[in-house]
Amino acid sequence: MENFQYDFLNVLPELTVLGMAMFILLVDLFIKPQNRFVIYGLAQFTLFAAALFTFQTHTLGVSYAFNDMFVDDSLGDVLKLMTYLGTSIMLVYTRQYQKQRNMFRGEYYAMVLFSMLGMMVMISGQNMLSIYMGLELLSLCLYSLVAFDRDNPRASEAAMKYFVLGALASGMLLYGMSMVYGMTGSLNITEIAAEISNIGLHNPVLIMGLVFVVAGLAFKFGAVPFQMWVPDVYQGSPTSITLLIGSVPKFAAFAITIRLLAQGLYPLAADWQDMLLIMALLSIIIGNLSAIAQTNLKRMLAYSTISHIGFLLFGLMSANLNGFASSMFYISAYVLMTLAGFGMILLLSRKGFEADKLDDLKGLNQRSPWAAFLMLITMFSMAGIPPTIGFYAKFTVLQAAWQAGFTWPVVLAVLMAVIGAFYYLRIVKLMYFDEPLALDPISAPVDMQFVLSINALALLLIGLLPQTLMNLCGLSIVTSLQ
Amino acid sequence: MNLFHQHILSFAIWLPILAGVIVLLLGNDQNLQRTRWVALVGAIVSFLVTVPLYTKFQLPIGTFQFQESTTWIPAFNIHYHLGADGFSVPLILLTSFTTVIVVIAAWEVITKSVAQYMAAFLIMSGLMIGVFSALDAILYYVFWEAMLIPMFLVIGIWGGPNRVYATIKFFLYTLLGSLLMLVAFIYLYHQTGSFALTDYYALPITMSAQIWIFVAFFMAFAVKIPMWPVHTWLPDAHVEAPTGGSVVLAAIALKLGGYSFLRFAMPIAPDAAHYFANTMVTLSLIAIVYIALVALVQKDMKKLIAYSSISHMGFVTLGFFMFSQLGLEGAVVQMISHGFISSAMFLCVGVLYDRMHSRQIADYGGVVNTMPIFAAFAVLFAMANSGLPGTSGFVGEFMVILAAVKFNFWVAFLAATTLIFGAAYTLWMTKRVFYGAVANAHVAELTDINRREFLILATLALLVIGFGVYPEPITAMLQATSAEFLTHMQTSKLPILSSAPAASI
Repeated sequence: MENFQYDFLNVLPELTVLGMAMFILLVDLFIKPQNRFVIYGLAQFTLFAAALFTFQTHTLGVSYAFNDMFVDDSLGDVLKLMTYLGTSIMLVYTRQYQKQRNMFRGEYYAMVLFSMLGMMVMISGQNMLSIYMGLELLSLCLYSLVAFDRDNPRASEAAMKYFVLGALASGMLLYGMSMVYGMTGSLNITEIAAEISNIGLHNPVLIMGLVFVVAGLAFKFGAVPFQMWVPDVYQGSPTSITLLIGSVPKFAAFAITIRLLAQGLYPLAADWQDMLLIMALLSIIIGNLSAIAQTNLKRMLAYSTISHIGFLLFGLMSANLNGFASSMFYISAYVLMTLAGFGMILLLSRKGFEADKLDDLKGLNQRSPWAAFLMLITMFSMAGIPPTIGFYAKFTVLQAAWQAGFTWPVVLAVLMAVIGAFYYLRIVKLMYFDEPLALDPISAPVDMQFVLSINALALLLIGLLPQTLMNLCGLSIVTSLQ
Repeated sequence: MNLFHQHILSFAIWLPILAGVIVLLLGNDQNLQRTRWVALVGAIVSFLVTVPLYTKFQLPIGTFQFQESTTWIPAFNIHYHLGADGFSVPLILLTSFTTVIVVIAAWEVITKSVAQYMAAFLIMSGLMIGVFSALDAILYYVFWEAMLIPMFLVIGIWGGPNRVYATIKFFLYTLLGSLLMLVAFIYLYHQTGSFALTDYYALPITMSAQIWIFVAFFMAFAVKIPMWPVHTWLPDAHVEAPTGGSVVLAAIALKLGGYSFLRFAMPIAPDAAHYFANTMVTLSLIAIVYIALVALVQKDMKKLIAYSSISHMGFVTLGFFMFSQLGLEGAVVQMISHGFISSAMFLCVGVLYDRMHSRQIADYGGVVNTMPIFAAFAVLFAMANSGLPGTSGFVGEFMVILAAVKFNFWVAFLAATTLIFGAAYTLWMTKRVFYGAVANAHVAELTDINRREFLILATLALLVIGFGVYPEPITAMLQATSAEFLTHMQTSKLPILSSAPAASI
């Protein structure tokens, strides 16, 4: 019984989110539409409370709960805190957008919280089953959120594509897991690692399992050659949902990659390093080259995401603590940049007008120098130009990959970064060098403008002083993977 | 005051950047006059802050002075480490001085987004001083790359008709080179566990690694200088940039490349530098002779001066790679002198362009009749550009040619032809623009320079003649540093296993 209490203490944040999500669904039934801001407040409060509990129960040690299904370690806590922060920012950005499109409903907030619960379970999954459960909870919420604007045919199409391909990927992941289970006789991450050392590295079934697991993970990240869904879903979804899909779930995807590859299947590192290398290079090349041809900002950012994932894989494929820590830094930087980038699209959107064409950014400097400046920082950060966080992100993963001996891939990635710089520069060109198409002033809630400013300025400030975030990532990786 | 004396370089870097931010925050297009004055005060204060670097400079010391160092990113052993020696101090002063000139030159000329324009130049000035004084590779890299952002905007927002093409070309060209340099830094980091420049100087490196490092640095710096054949971005950028942009590009941005050869490529990979010396000398000669011929046929004044810049920068690289004290000092003097002369030339074109909105030589003729004072200045600068004795343009070129005679007579011979070609393209342009009868009605309506333009051109003229007659202030600073540099360059950095002396490779 004592143990049971202890188990519940470990999942306190998850329980909070679960309870509040259901509570929000209930409250929504009894609340008048004009009072719906209460729901919004409740959702933000949930994030705050979860953060508080996560922070309070944080220790530097590693503890397991529910018969080792669930792990509570620094990596999980830090990633969860980042997830709350990202989700909270995302809720601020999307409030007005949802209102203007008649999507400001209780289900939206409940769904976001449920999807976040899925992410939290993934982040803390210590067993293949709990990881899979979290992943499915997240995915199902995202499928339905994409279709949330149900009268929009593009969104429905995107949801359908996302669902079919996502289900396929989940199937592959599950298939891979079953093979690993078949060979090792366990679903527990730690036991798998121990068992693989016993049965030897050159077991064909195990390698097949690994291939399927990697394929499933790559799909969730959107790495080439499993990237097909990314542009369509990014473009077709309402921008608020694109913001959600593009940002925080990447933390969870990163976490399960660490759990599965860096912990469970680590003895097979030599095998998955090669797979990641191929996917990393292809992602960077195809992502960057395709992004050049886009005219839709959301679609362009989708391809840019693919290339960012390629860089992220550079850190992971180093297969050492340095590499994992740098890819964690990269994913944090990436989420911050994505939030700012899509946040800007939401800022420029109005009722009946999606600012998702590249041309909608024309002459932004004349309409609002401040907004243009924030977008400028974001774009240079995505391009990896110092003194922004994006530079350190690229720098850390590249030095890790270099250390692991990937000399030529690093050089190739660097050359592709020049191509990447081109389409980010084009955005700057549109904002600063071109004449505006319309001179409408930008109207957005004060809190959104404020948070967006902080968000974009953070890209610059963390770029000037990256030490704290680097330490945080390094420390959580080191304490959790020992 | 004590705080200031311990952190002169930090003040030199951050004051202009702070001034730029203040200008951005205060400035709007309703109150232009205030914006301009704030920018001017910021630029002048930033210049005054750099003056102690000259007055307090210890001439006998050949290593870094004014050093300051604190930990910046301990995770990668990166330090905020600044310092200056005889190579960097003159360039830092040149940078802060040029910024004042640029702010004054833009006074009435720029009417669109004045605050952003002024701020861009102030911030750029701080970043370039950062490049000249950073002694940590990542700190240096951050300044080096960050400087691209304001320059990109300056050309793109206030530039000519083809500005977008020019500015994107400029950015991507430079970025490509710089990223390869970053790879070299990553390699060196994993060898030494640090980004400190002094650690890199002491690190023994095998010949093949040195060659790769040198090539990576070469890609970054040769583009910036620019050396033939990677010079093609420069004429485009110069032609499309506003006058201030051209001035900063020619006077300072090109020197970033030259300076970085001295600071990074050569001392980190000295054996590779010797190995590539003949190639570099050849490339320099091609730049000097071939680009001078290209300049001869230009129809656009700015393009002509841009090509002349490439040709003059050829002297700089030539001076570096002869590994003699005279050549080295001549090259640095040439960088400083070219900073004054090329800014003056671009400002002269700017004066004409503001009145006629044309840069074509064919649109002018007989300007001397309507603008006599201006013509006097312009002819003086043209003479300086073609290397007339008594102007600063002569000193550097002459020193490099003298050094070249000792190195190899034919190299000296080819380099000396520039005195003919340089005179040819510059004076021919002067003749077509300024002399002869008044060419057309527009020229007849020209008004002579006003007090502001007179002030700028007169200051530059004084400097050009002053350093031409008495270059001692610059050369005195260089002596100890260049002696130190050459001693370092003569010591092979190959690991002890190899017994081949550096010079014979």
